Amino acid sequence: MTTATFPMIETLKGNATGLFLRKRLISFGLPVLVLAYLTYIFFTFDISGLAQRADAENARTLVADSYSYKTHVARDNRSGEIEIAIEGERKGEYVDGTSPDWVTLGDTETLIDLGDGHLVTYGTETIRFEIPDYGTITATPNRRAGVQAVLPQGEVPEWINVSKNRLTVTTDAGRLSVTRNQTQVFKYNFGWELFFFTLDSPYHGLGIGEVISRVVSGEAEAIFHDFWTNKMWRHQDVAWALAETILMAFLGTMGAGIVALPLAFLAARNFAPLLAVRFAVRRLFDFFRGVDALIWTIVLARAFGPGPLTGALALLITDTGTFGKLFSEALENVDNKQIEGIQSTGAKPVQRYRFGVIPQITPVLLSQILYYLESNTRSATIIGAITGGGIGLLLTQAMITQKDWEEVSYYIVLIILMVMLMDWFSGWLRGKLIGSAEDKH
Amino acid sequence: MGARFAVSSLIFPTNGDPLMVDMTSGQAHTLQDIRADYMAQTRRKRVYGAILLSLFVVMMVAGFQTADARNAGGFWEGLHRLFDFPGEVLGEALEKLAELPVHFVTYLPSLIETINIAAASTLFGALAAAIVSLLATRGLARWPRLVPVFRRIMDAMRAVPEIVIALVLIFILGGGPVPAMIAIAFHTAGALGKQFSEVNENASLKPLEGLESVGATWSQRMWLGVIPQVAPNWFSYGLLRFEINIRASAILGFVGAGGIGYELKNAMSWGKGQYDEAAAIFVLLFITIVVVDQLSSHVRDRLTHGAAASKKERQS
Repeated sequence: MTTATFPMIETLKGNATGLFLRKRLISFGLPVLVLAYLTYIFFTFDISGLAQRADAENARTLVADSYSYKTHVARDNRSGEIEIAIEGERKGEYVDGTSPDWVTLGDTETLIDLGDGHLVTYGTETIRFEIPDYGTITATPNRRAGVQAVLPQGEVPEWINVSKNRLTVTTDAGRLSVTRNQTQVFKYNFGWELFFFTLDSPYHGLGIGEVISRVVSGEAEAIFHDFWTNKMWRHQDVAWALAETILMAFLGTMGAGIVALPLAFLAARNFAPLLAVRFAVRRLFDFFRGVDALIWTIVLARAFGPGPLTGALALLITDTGTFGKLFSEALENVDNKQIEGIQSTGAKPVQRYRFGVIPQITPVLLSQILYYLESNTRSATIIGAITGGGIGLLLTQAMITQKDWEEVSYYIVLIILMVMLMDWFSGWLRGKLIGSAEDKH
Repeated sequence: MGARFAVSSLIFPTNGDPLMVDMTSGQAHTLQDIRADYMAQTRRKRVYGAILLSLFVVMMVAGFQTADARNAGGFWEGLHRLFDFPGEVLGEALEKLAELPVHFVTYLPSLIETINIAAASTLFGALAAAIVSLLATRGLARWPRLVPVFRRIMDAMRAVPEIVIALVLIFILGGGPVPAMIAIAFHTAGALGKQFSEVNENASLKPLEGLESVGATWSQRMWLGVIPQVAPNWFSYGLLRFEINIRASAILGFVGAGGIGYELKNAMSWGKGQYDEAAAIFVLLFITIVVVDQLSSHVRDRLTHGAAASKKERQS
């Protein structure tokens, strides 16, 4: 007995040491491999050069703009005309003779109160900027003599930039810039201005209580119209864009499910006895999946033009490949007993599929489709940016202007909320449908 | 049909045992009553099903019509043009077949860049996901009270589409692979984190208790007790994510983040007569996706089924 067990123990011991050796090798080798790869990435991606390429100024404007807005108070130095506009855009312009409450329009003098004692005065000739703890700066722009800036005694601080033709003063309260032809003040305010109503709407500047009382007194339609057609924030377009994105995801996912289900029967070993058919359908699925949504989008956009239909069809084709593979795998795993039971009652093939097979794969089918519904909402955002539809397009458009960062952050918030909503919705629906499907068993 | 089977199984036990009838259906006393009740219920279910189905059909039809109306070109007008562009590309590629290998070599570096973006972002995302998922699993978490917080963080990370971060970072960091890598890694951390924590929930706590009894710290317990248990499943999810990330990094290239997508956009913009390069990129991308897809599904199969099969062998 002992002689018989000896070699066995020997081999066991050998196996064990081998196993330990292998494990030790993996636990040391793997991190080394990963580290080596990351070093390679560090050099090929030129991470060390990143600091030079990064634009801190861009980052600052992006962050500042996303939660604040600036109002321009501009004066034409020749005519003396004053224009006040939010973000310097035409659609945010104040009507002549009106102004925000921190600007006092006068016949000869315009007083701009930037807050914290910072006071700018546009005189007929001279511009004065009173800065607490520093003094008063004056400038008298003239076409021939330049801006003629006069600063208080002492060294020029770094937040003032002065030359013959230009004076720029940047303070925390606001910014003043004077050139020969134009004087401008920028004041930064917290929040997203004109989000509900633009300046040309009679409802601009009213409190929530006032607006609600007007809604009650029968102006609801006009109020909604002014909000809906807001030129600055384009609520109508944004709502449509969100709807388009969700529509793309919905049509793509559900359409793919409908197309893939019958095809999956042809690709499943136990339902398609003909090898050639099975092989052909499976390669078709691989092709649909392999070409990828990006290429499908490009190809389809050539035929159908940009828009949500193109995006929906691109998702539909890609996901037909994915679903086809998943469904056919689920079909290969069905329990035959249930089908035989149905067959024994004399059911025809279609009935066999409907009552013997479909109930078995419904949970897999539904949970996959609903999972992809959420993931496709994200894909539809990206595809929208390429093919030109939905919220993805609005986002890229706002990005390209490189100044509407408050709109960019608004869209980003909406996108994230939309995806989270779809995530929650698909989870809820999955619970409802699969829960009830299990009840039937 | 399924209903009728259920009827027979329902009737069978109640037939000989009137007490059970009273318990289950209250007022229904006779077989006919039960049957009528059941049929009514089934009919109601069918009506609901039919309503839901027709609602679904209406939504699909209306949805396609809306999408069609808001598209620049209509579906039916475009349908006959569907094969024009692929035909053009294919035709030009066949014409200049001899040049294709040259194009393959030209675009290989950008393909490698795309793969590198995918691999690095999967790696970074998986590392972050590993840590967050351990912190977000009940029973394993370092700070059990913060489990819901880490879960919400993962949900939020998962909800951010890659393009959002990529576009913002391209503005700040300039073009190139890094914005795409960070964007994909961020989303990957959330997506993998959720899957990892589902795996973690099935890990046995016994090794942890053993390690705790000898005074191991939390990180030692995780590294020695949990990770060896969950590593194969994590790896399999990571591979699947790598496959997804290759597609994502190709798409992000198209909006300006480097790699093969960027080259594809350039090749497309040269227009007619230059499509042979676009064709070469199509082929490269297709081959890469298919190869990675096949490889990862093979490895994943071995990881999940291989272990079970070898166990079976040992048992027999």
